[in-house]
Amino acid sequence: MPGVLWLVALFLVPAYAVVALAAGGQDPVFGDATAEWRPWRWQFTTIGDALAGMMPGGDQWGPMGRTLAYVAIALAACFVIGYPVAYYVARYGGRRRGLLLALLLAPFWISYLMRMLAWVNLLQVDGYVNDLIDVMPGLGRVAWLDGRWTTVVMGLVYGYVPFLILPLYASLDRIDGRLLEASRDLGVGPVRTFVHVTMPLSRQGMLAAGVITALPMFGDYYTQNLLSASPRTSMIGNQIEFYLRQGSGNQYGSALVLVLSALLAVLMGYYLWSTDRAAKEVR
Amino acid sequence: MTAAPARRDPARRVPNRRRSLGEWYADPFRRPRVLAATTWIYIAWSIVPVLVAIRISFNAGRSRSSFQGWSLRWWTGDPAAALRDPQLLTAMRNSLWLGVLTMIVATPLGVALAIGLVRWRGYGRRPANVMMLVPLVTPELVMGSSLYLVFTTLLTAVELGRGAQLLGHVTFTISYVVVIVRGRLLTIGRDFEDAAHDLGATPIQALRTVLLPLLGPAIFASLMIVFATSIDDFVISAFLQGDASSETVPVKIYAGARRAPTPALNALATAMMLITFTAIVFAMVLPRALRRGRPDDGGSAVEDFAALDL
Repeated sequence: MPGVLWLVALFLVPAYAVVALAAGGQDPVFGDATAEWRPWRWQFTTIGDALAGMMPGGDQWGPMGRTLAYVAIALAACFVIGYPVAYYVARYGGRRRGLLLALLLAPFWISYLMRMLAWVNLLQVDGYVNDLIDVMPGLGRVAWLDGRWTTVVMGLVYGYVPFLILPLYASLDRIDGRLLEASRDLGVGPVRTFVHVTMPLSRQGMLAAGVITALPMFGDYYTQNLLSASPRTSMIGNQIEFYLRQGSGNQYGSALVLVLSALLAVLMGYYLWSTDRAAKEVR
Repeated sequence: MTAAPARRDPARRVPNRRRSLGEWYADPFRRPRVLAATTWIYIAWSIVPVLVAIRISFNAGRSRSSFQGWSLRWWTGDPAAALRDPQLLTAMRNSLWLGVLTMIVATPLGVALAIGLVRWRGYGRRPANVMMLVPLVTPELVMGSSLYLVFTTLLTAVELGRGAQLLGHVTFTISYVVVIVRGRLLTIGRDFEDAAHDLGATPIQALRTVLLPLLGPAIFASLMIVFATSIDDFVISAFLQGDASSETVPVKIYAGARRAPTPALNALATAMMLITFTAIVFAMVLPRALRRGRPDDGGSAVEDFAALDL
């Protein structure tokens, strides 16, 4: 296949150049406000500043700590909502499985912004959510969009739960139903079957799904901006977006990106490693 | 477990005997009502807000939070309606062009890359395969900001705007193509190509007459998915946007979601959603329909996209 290989090399190289640039794009901006291309001339003070800033006590700690807390809460909520759904569709989908999967997939093809816009509509002071709350006695209308962390976390959950359900579904679907029957036949109750059979068998899937859900949450700034836009709930993504696009803090902003990517690289690496291993098992 | 046989055999069921909670709980054949309810509530929760937003786009009044009767005012009627406001029209045109161009550029690149990756024997194969997944798991913020820095400091020849947006979109959609096409290639295997070679076909001939037709459905699905992803993308478009002339629909929605005074934004979002959905439905239905001859034509925009490639 020399022809194809040649073709591929021709496509591969520029494609990789683009990928490499995308991946290495932050590096050049280490030194001065202008790019420094010679790695031996790099100065690490800004990165050090950014790193120190993101630690507890630093000036970026507010957004960073909030990001960690929001992602943790949202991820937990995603599991609480997503696990039963994935489990139900995988185990009891039956004839309706196709329909259920299509419905679970639908959010992927609705623009994220559209889905957030929907909530902006719903959560207005005179919106439908408040109409519902108003019906109940003793509860007044709430200004949901006025910098409430609960709204932001709800938005994150709403936005990213589909990313959790699908990989989880795939992993639960692979579990052999006979193992669960065997456990029940041996007289084990449903809860213990779940804890001792289903959970361990889906642990890989849970981790992968958790990572794939958490990663975009860390880089999210638009949800916060749409549903709150208050500095009281700003996340690290907002800081990065602010320094890069709105201010002139290219250098500091890129240092923040770099530190954040370094943190996330651990999660990404884990995910890639686990999919690579899963692919090997299939072959 | 006395409850289980009783439930399966109604004749043996003792009338008026209610099962205790414990028995119900221990019955392995009971229906998973709680799980089913959770699932359907979740599905309702995930879809109803969007339906409400769509309905608001047909609002007769100005309100974006309460419905005041059906009308097409914010689609076509008002001067600020989605299909009349020049800014919104520009955004829509930008989004569509970006989607189409990304689709045209990224799909062939991705297909070639997938073929190469699958056929690649020897060192570097596994790292390269893993590398292809990296853009899929990279947070868009990281990708968008690094591309932004590349175009503002390194490749200053590329100005922020449509060109930079196209390059960015191609970069992050190629991976989708590779994953889809590679999966199909692995199921096809090498046998057909080997047979073509044995019958005297050159590699190029084998590729053109055997492999590409076999890959047809996967390629078509990639086209549509690239188009849909590109149209829906917000972060990369926003970071690589130049001035207002290169705003896309998601960028416009983002800017206007809190500030916009009218439901025209909902109409705009709904229009784009319809286009995305049509593309996805096409991706699933058309390969099947093609076997029976020319398919019926869908929406006007999708006609163009389908015509571009078929």
